[in-house]
Amino acid sequence: MLRQIEGSRAVAETVAHCRPEVVCAYPISPQTHIIEAIGAMVKEGSLAPCEFINVESEFAAMSVSIGASAAGARAYTATASQGLLFMMEAVYNAAGLGLPIVMTLANRAIGAPINIWNDHSDAMAARDTGWIQLFAETNQEACDLHILAFRLAEELSLPVMVCMDGFILTHAVEGIDVPEQSDVDSFLPVYEPRQVLDPADPISIGAMVGPEAFTEVRYLSHLRQLDALELIPTLASEFASTFGRESGGLLHTYRTDDATTIVVALGSVLGTIKDAVDRRRELGDRVGVVGITTFRPFPFDDVRDALSHAQKVIVMEKAFSVGYGGVLSADVASATHDATISLHSVVAGLGGRAITQQSIEELLDDTAHDRLRPVTFLDLDLGIVDLERARIGSVRRSGPSAENVLSDLGTVASRIG
Amino acid sequence: MFQIRFHGRGGQGVVTAAEMLSVAAFAEGKFAQAFPSFGSERTGAPVVSFCRIDNQPIRSREPVIKPDALIVQDMTLIHQVDIFAGLSNEGYVLFNTSKNLDELGLGDYLDTFRRERLLTCPATELALEHLGRPLPNAVLLGGFAALTSQVTLESIAVAINERFKGATAERNIAAATAAYQLVLKEEEEFSRATTN
Repeated sequence: MLRQIEGSRAVAETVAHCRPEVVCAYPISPQTHIIEAIGAMVKEGSLAPCEFINVESEFAAMSVSIGASAAGARAYTATASQGLLFMMEAVYNAAGLGLPIVMTLANRAIGAPINIWNDHSDAMAARDTGWIQLFAETNQEACDLHILAFRLAEELSLPVMVCMDGFILTHAVEGIDVPEQSDVDSFLPVYEPRQVLDPADPISIGAMVGPEAFTEVRYLSHLRQLDALELIPTLASEFASTFGRESGGLLHTYRTDDATTIVVALGSVLGTIKDAVDRRRELGDRVGVVGITTFRPFPFDDVRDALSHAQKVIVMEKAFSVGYGGVLSADVASATHDATISLHSVVAGLGGRAITQQSIEELLDDTAHDRLRPVTFLDLDLGIVDLERARIGSVRRSGPSAENVLSDLGTVASRIG
Repeated sequence: MFQIRFHGRGGQGVVTAAEMLSVAAFAEGKFAQAFPSFGSERTGAPVVSFCRIDNQPIRSREPVIKPDALIVQDMTLIHQVDIFAGLSNEGYVLFNTSKNLDELGLGDYLDTFRRERLLTCPATELALEHLGRPLPNAVLLGGFAALTSQVTLESIAVAINERFKGATAERNIAAATAAYQLVLKEEEEFSRATTN
């Protein structure tokens, strides 16, 4: 039933319908509402049997999730930003051990400078952990991806991270159809672990592996990730027949059939990009959109196919590798290396800066007139940058850049855009 | 699409107001989206929230840059935050004040807009009277319904009932209804004054 509710609330209810048996998490903005709601459901008994475990840190939260999963429980947690970094050692372990934990990542920037707003720096920091990473475009998809995530995780015995834009999705109230318990039950069978710590049949999990087999064990993880590329589309079509709507999959295309320019992106910004593309289409610009749902494993073949007719590709991403450039851009470049595509990387929306439809339309106009450079930082205030560069060039003790830039900007009233 | 921006201070229910308005629109079968500006909210700090209402699905995730209507919950913001940013000349504004607009010190600036769409509502006073607490957010939604006709007063009541329980809901509905009637009266006086 469609209800007008907050994204976090809808995700919490959906996760509850997936019947997790252990939820262990440590609160951090913008994930907090999800965990608070699940905690309340466990306490009032509406989510049972389930143990909600309070711990002292994210490191403990992931460690408890590992223990719970190894003991055969369906385990769920959620975090964001610094919280993900604080649990990172255990995040790698969860994947290396092949434990099917599902975690919501309410995407948020990483400090310093400290910033609580949305971008994808946290997800990109976990890119190489061995977790499957799915990105939600809307709150409806965020809900649906959690159901798919549990199914996928448990089929492959791999952990899955569902990335949803912090605040933009987690704190948005909109019409969401929280999947019914009976439908979730028919799609998601009772958890049957591939490996379990059972006193009646003792084994050990977590052996030390030396050079004699480390490569083979890691390669097996790689193969399982590649298996996900086969399984994800199958699960998506099964999801569609159970729930009556499309969700999940590897990627989604929008108006790409005759498009000569295609914008590639992850997450909620796709909505604004589609609005901008519709406007540009009215002006006769043949533009389209590719939204990547499955970021890890990276769907190279599907990305190459989706972009095969394009002449120009703009990869818009909310994160970048300092000293290198766009992270997703590098993946897209690798997928399209044998095509004659002009690839542009646009870094946008860092630390919560609004990505406006107008800026995207201007970007597409620049592209149409061959004015777009290979790497662009959208809406960058170069005047402020130049001031600080001049200070660094002229004074030895030029001070901290963050404080200097804020001082140059002066008092900023609460920004609207 | 009709876009509303709420300006207020942390603790005044600015975010809740946008959410309730989206629930009211949803109750009428429309598509709606509400979200806050994502600052480090603290009691008393300027807070902005947004609501979009449309007859088709809403995809945009940008903040409301060109609002069709503003709801100003706290008048001390009018000289501190650029609350009018992006508002079209055809836009609506509902100010939470018991003063006359001419007493607000905005001078000729208001002349750039359609004066009959800039109305006031003593929502804090109404809240104190009905709730015993200075919480103007739900009250102003009643005034908003009268000012813009984007949602009905009945839908506002549905949203209030979804958010609050028992006596709190009843009192908020009573205060929102009073605000609705006051704003309607203000509109009527305005049209009488202009036709005379």
